[in-house]
Amino acid sequence: MTAVLDRPTAPADSRPPRPRRPIRPILWLLPPLLIVLVVAVYPLIRVSLESTRGSGGFLGLDTWASVLGSQSFQSALWRTIAIAVTSTIGCLILGTFLAIVLAFVPFPGSAVVGRVIDTILALPSFLITLAFTFLYGTAGAVNALIGAVTGSTSPVLNFLYTPAGVIAAEITFFTPFVIRPLLAAFSLLPRQQLDVAASLGASPLRVLRSVILPEAWPALMAGGSLVLLLTLNEFGIVLFTGAKGVITLPVLIYTRGIVTFDLPGAAVIATVQVVLSLSLYIAYRVLFSRVTRGRQGTE
Amino acid sequence: MLLWSRRSRLTVLAVFAVVVLVVFIAPLATVVLAGLAGSWTGPLPSGLGLGRFGEALSGENLASLSVSLQTAFLAGGLALLLGTWAAIGAREVPEWLRRVTDAVFHLPIAVPSVAIGLGLLIAFNSRPLLLGGTRWIVILAHFVLVLAFAFSSVSAALDRLNPAYRQAAESLGAGSARVLFGVTLPLLLPALGAAAGLAIALSMGELGATIMVYPATWKTLPVTIFGLTDRGQAFQAAASTTVLLLVTLIALIALGRIRGRAALR
Repeated sequence: MTAVLDRPTAPADSRPPRPRRPIRPILWLLPPLLIVLVVAVYPLIRVSLESTRGSGGFLGLDTWASVLGSQSFQSALWRTIAIAVTSTIGCLILGTFLAIVLAFVPFPGSAVVGRVIDTILALPSFLITLAFTFLYGTAGAVNALIGAVTGSTSPVLNFLYTPAGVIAAEITFFTPFVIRPLLAAFSLLPRQQLDVAASLGASPLRVLRSVILPEAWPALMAGGSLVLLLTLNEFGIVLFTGAKGVITLPVLIYTRGIVTFDLPGAAVIATVQVVLSLSLYIAYRVLFSRVTRGRQGTE
Repeated sequence: MLLWSRRSRLTVLAVFAVVVLVVFIAPLATVVLAGLAGSWTGPLPSGLGLGRFGEALSGENLASLSVSLQTAFLAGGLALLLGTWAAIGAREVPEWLRRVTDAVFHLPIAVPSVAIGLGLLIAFNSRPLLLGGTRWIVILAHFVLVLAFAFSSVSAALDRLNPAYRQAAESLGAGSARVLFGVTLPLLLPALGAAAGLAIALSMGELGATIMVYPATWKTLPVTIFGLTDRGQAFQAAASTTVLLLVTLIALIALGRIRGRAALR
């Protein structure tokens, strides 16, 4: 029986000829691929190896045990997740509102507003924190304005150096990442559907709920998971806020690694963060490919 | 088309205007105003003047600006070259290898830049790959981070490219080098201009990886700005940030012009 199965069913040269020699394109791709493996993948592998260097420089898991058990790591981990989730929800609400107005309530100058929001994507994030200190800081413009109106001398707004300040800054900075995929999804929505729904007597809220939002759902999920990833990884906003009560994992990696020069400790935190971010990124990619495939299927 | 009555439209647009003003315009305007301000103790800044910009364009701040520009153009240019090469190369290989390439090139987007910086610090701090303490580790860090965006935007542009042009050239007997330089790359030019602008903007504002690896002799502008705020010189930091924004915008516009000219052809 096996002998029969093993026998080739047809002479080798009658196989259909391959359309191209596959070896040459692979050789062409090899140099950039090797460079990226050395400069991006190899360093991350070194980070996880460094984290297993125990006290005394030998292989061991005691650095892991001491870091994972430490109060500063645990509170930073939960704070990072709480800030990221809250900021993402804020971005989704704000981004949906702005995208719906930009797409469905046309007004002169909407293109300019769209371009301003796009420009934010290319700017450094610490800019927002810097602006917030002048606007909402205890000695900032808004507090001075409130003080001038009410006559009180103590600052009314005092949220800047709390997680709420970081969340406000992250919502400002990352909302454009939700708006862009939403606008792309809305542009595929046939306008007649809205007009028909409205002419049949549906209220704007009903049109929104049963025509627009079902179409926007995949884009909303993709944008939301991208923002969740970016807020988990955000560094500049938290560093510039600089308060003790807002330290997140990326800032903890920096203070552990550079300020106190504990490289194995920093490597443990970095490994945890990389695993967290990569699993989220893989989920995002799966979701995103499903969204694009679904769109191709309907076309 | 969603709101049919004039009143509800005006209400929604008013809310929209307030939100855009408070959330997006106010922070940008505040930084520029604070850079111009002599002091800001009341609701509005006072003593407006260009003095802080003189400071931002001299001494250590000017040196940082120059370092940032050199880093951005060098790292961005190299990343664009390699990213384009990989994106074009990945078209022709078997599916599994294309997926691997895609995943590996996108890796720096997915992980925090601080972790990339830490990795470079550990991996390139001993022979034969000794870069620690030199400017090259900063340039390498920016190259790694920007490469992901360059690869991703060139790949997306290749997806949108009409294959008929290439196939026509091939059917007329053009060799693969001629197709690449005569058809594919010219068609990609607008996307390359946009990718270059994005690369330079991202590199100019990069902080997380830089702060992990920079030597004292190669301080980029964001690192200097962080030093200023850390020492309590917030107004000077605002002036330097404004300079950073202006230079970034000029670079974006200049590279946008490349796109405009290519579109005319």
